[in-house]
Amino acid sequence: MENTAQLVQYILTGITIGAIYALVGLGYNIIYNVTEVINFAQGEFVVLGGLVMVFMTNTLHLSLPVGFFLSVGIVTILGALMDKLTIQPIKNATVLTLIIITIAVSIIFKGLAMLIWGRDPYTLPAFSKAPPFTLFHAIIQPQALWVLGITTVVVILLSLFFRYTMVGKAMLACADSPEASRLMGIPVQRMVLISFVLSAAIGAVAGIVITPISLMEYDRGALLGLKGFGASILGGLGSFSGAVIAGLILGLIESLCAGYVSSGYKDAVALIVLLLVLFIKPSGFFAGKRASLKKF
Amino acid sequence: MGYEKKKILCLILFLVIFPVLVNYIPAISNYLEVMIFAGIFCLVTIGLSLLMGYAGQISLGHAAFLGIGAYSSGILTTKFGLSPWLGILAGVALSSAIAVVVGIPSLKLKGHYLAMATLGFGEIVFIVFNEEVDLTGGPSGFADIPYLHIGSFEFTSELTYYILVWSVVLIGLFFALNLIHSRVGRAWKAIHGNELAAEAMGVPTSKYKLKIFVLSSIYASIAGSLYTHYICFLNPSSFDLFWSIKFVMMVIVGGMNSVWGAIIGTVLLTYLGNEWLTAFKHFDVLVYGFILLLITMFLPGGIVSLPEILKSKRTITR
Repeated sequence: MENTAQLVQYILTGITIGAIYALVGLGYNIIYNVTEVINFAQGEFVVLGGLVMVFMTNTLHLSLPVGFFLSVGIVTILGALMDKLTIQPIKNATVLTLIIITIAVSIIFKGLAMLIWGRDPYTLPAFSKAPPFTLFHAIIQPQALWVLGITTVVVILLSLFFRYTMVGKAMLACADSPEASRLMGIPVQRMVLISFVLSAAIGAVAGIVITPISLMEYDRGALLGLKGFGASILGGLGSFSGAVIAGLILGLIESLCAGYVSSGYKDAVALIVLLLVLFIKPSGFFAGKRASLKKF
Repeated sequence: MGYEKKKILCLILFLVIFPVLVNYIPAISNYLEVMIFAGIFCLVTIGLSLLMGYAGQISLGHAAFLGIGAYSSGILTTKFGLSPWLGILAGVALSSAIAVVVGIPSLKLKGHYLAMATLGFGEIVFIVFNEEVDLTGGPSGFADIPYLHIGSFEFTSELTYYILVWSVVLIGLFFALNLIHSRVGRAWKAIHGNELAAEAMGVPTSKYKLKIFVLSSIYASIAGSLYTHYICFLNPSSFDLFWSIKFVMMVIVGGMNSVWGAIIGTVLLTYLGNEWLTAFKHFDVLVYGFILLLITMFLPGGIVSLPEILKSKRTITR
C-alpha cells in the first residue's frame, strides 16, 4: 500500500514539474518557429514571472488575478524590449552572434533579478486555500492542480490562436518561409515581436504557477531553460504537441529517478536525456514530418 | 610570422617589466596575483579562441574541462600522494578522453544545438563535482592540495608562480600560433568559412573539428591543474555554468578572430572581476551582461578590431 502511495506521489510530482518544462519548451518553439533563434533567456522569463509575482503579492498585497495579469504583463514587456533592442537591430547576424546576444540578455535579466530580489529564494501563497487531499494514499497539494489546469488552458489557447487567428496563421507561415511570407505581405518583423511577447508571457505564467510549490530564486533560469529545451528537443523542435508530451515525460523521468535512484542526480537526469536525444535523434521523437524538415 | 614575432616580443617585454612595476607602485601591489589568475584563464581562452574564432564551433561547457583538470590533479596528489606533475598529465589524459567521447557526437551538431549540448555537458560535470562527495568533497570541496615543485624547490611565492604560469601561457600561445599558420589552421579556417565547401575540397571536417575540441580541452585541463596547485583548495563553484560563459565572454570581448584577442579580453575581464568591479558588488553580473551585449552588437570584432576601425574612420573623414 505504501509503495503505491509513493509511486502515485512521484508520478504526480513529475507531471506537475513536467508541465512547467512543457511550458518552457513551448516558449522555445514559438520563437524558434518564427525566427530559427533559440532564446537562451527563456528560463529567465520563468524566474522573472515568479519573482515579479512575489513583489505583486507579498509587497503590494494585490489580489491573485490582478497580480497575475500585471506580472505576466511586465515580463511580456521585457520580452518585447528584448526583441526590439537586441534582436531586431542586428542585421545579417550569424548563429553564433544570436546565441551570444540571447545569453547576454539572460545574464542581464539574472543580474537585474539579483539586484532587486537578492540571492534568497522566495515563496508565494498557494492559489486556493483548500487543504491538501489524498488520492490513492498520496498527498496532493491543490496548487499542483492549478499548475496542470493552467498549463492545459495555455496549451488550448495557443492551439486555437495558431489554428484560427490570422496572426497565428501568419506566424506559422513565417516559420515555413520568411521570404515567401514577406512577399505575401506579412510583416515578418512584427511576427517576430509577437513570438517574443508570447513566449515571455508563457514563461511568466510557468514561473507564477510553480513558485508556490518549488520557490523561486534569481539563478534558477539556466537550469529551467536547459530542461525546457530538453522538452522541446525531445518533442521535436517546433512541434507544440511534441513539447507538451516530452515535457511531461521529462518531468516523470526526473521525479522517478529522484525517488528511486538518487535525489542528488535529479537535475542531471533531464540533461542526460537532452544530450542523448541531441546525439541520437536531434529531430525529436514526437514530432510530425514538419519539424524534422528544419535544419540542424 | 614576422608580424607575430613582434607581438610576442612585446608581450614578453611587458611580462618582464610588469612585476617590477607592481613592486614599485604600492597602489597596485596585488596586481601580480591577479595576473597569475589572468594567465591561468588565458590558457583556457587561447584554446577556446582556436575553437570559436578559427574553427567556428562554440563551447558553453569549457569550465567543465578546467574542473576536470583541477579535480584530477587535486585528488591524485592529495588522496593518492601522486606527484603534481603526474596529476597534471592524468588530468590531460582524462580531459582529452572525455573530450573525444563528448566531442564525436556533439560536433555533428551545429550552432544552437552544439551550444545547448556543451551547456548540458558542462552542467552534468558540475553536478558530478557536487555529488561525488567521497572523491570531491561535495559542495564544500577539500583543501591541503600540495604546491608544485621541482626537486626541493616549491612554487609557493607569487613571483615564481607568475613566471611558471606565464611561461606555460607563452608555450601554449606559440603552439597555437604555429598551428594557425599550418595546414591544420588553414583547414579550420576553411571549415569556419563554409563547412560543406571545405568537405568538398577534401578537408576531413569532422576529424579537424574533433582535434581542435580535444586540444582546447587539454589547454583548459592544464589551466585547471595550475589553478589547483596555486590556491591549494578546491570546490565546485569555480567550474559552474557562469564560468563557462565568462570564458566565452573573454574571447568575444577581446576579439574572437585572433588568439591575441583572447589574451587581451582575458586579462581585461580578470582585472575587471577581481579589482575594478568589486566596488559594484551585486551589480557585477549586470555589468558583465551589458559588456557582452554591447560588444557583440556594436564591436563584433572585439577590442583587437578597434585600431582598424579607427584607422578606416580617419581615412573616411579625410
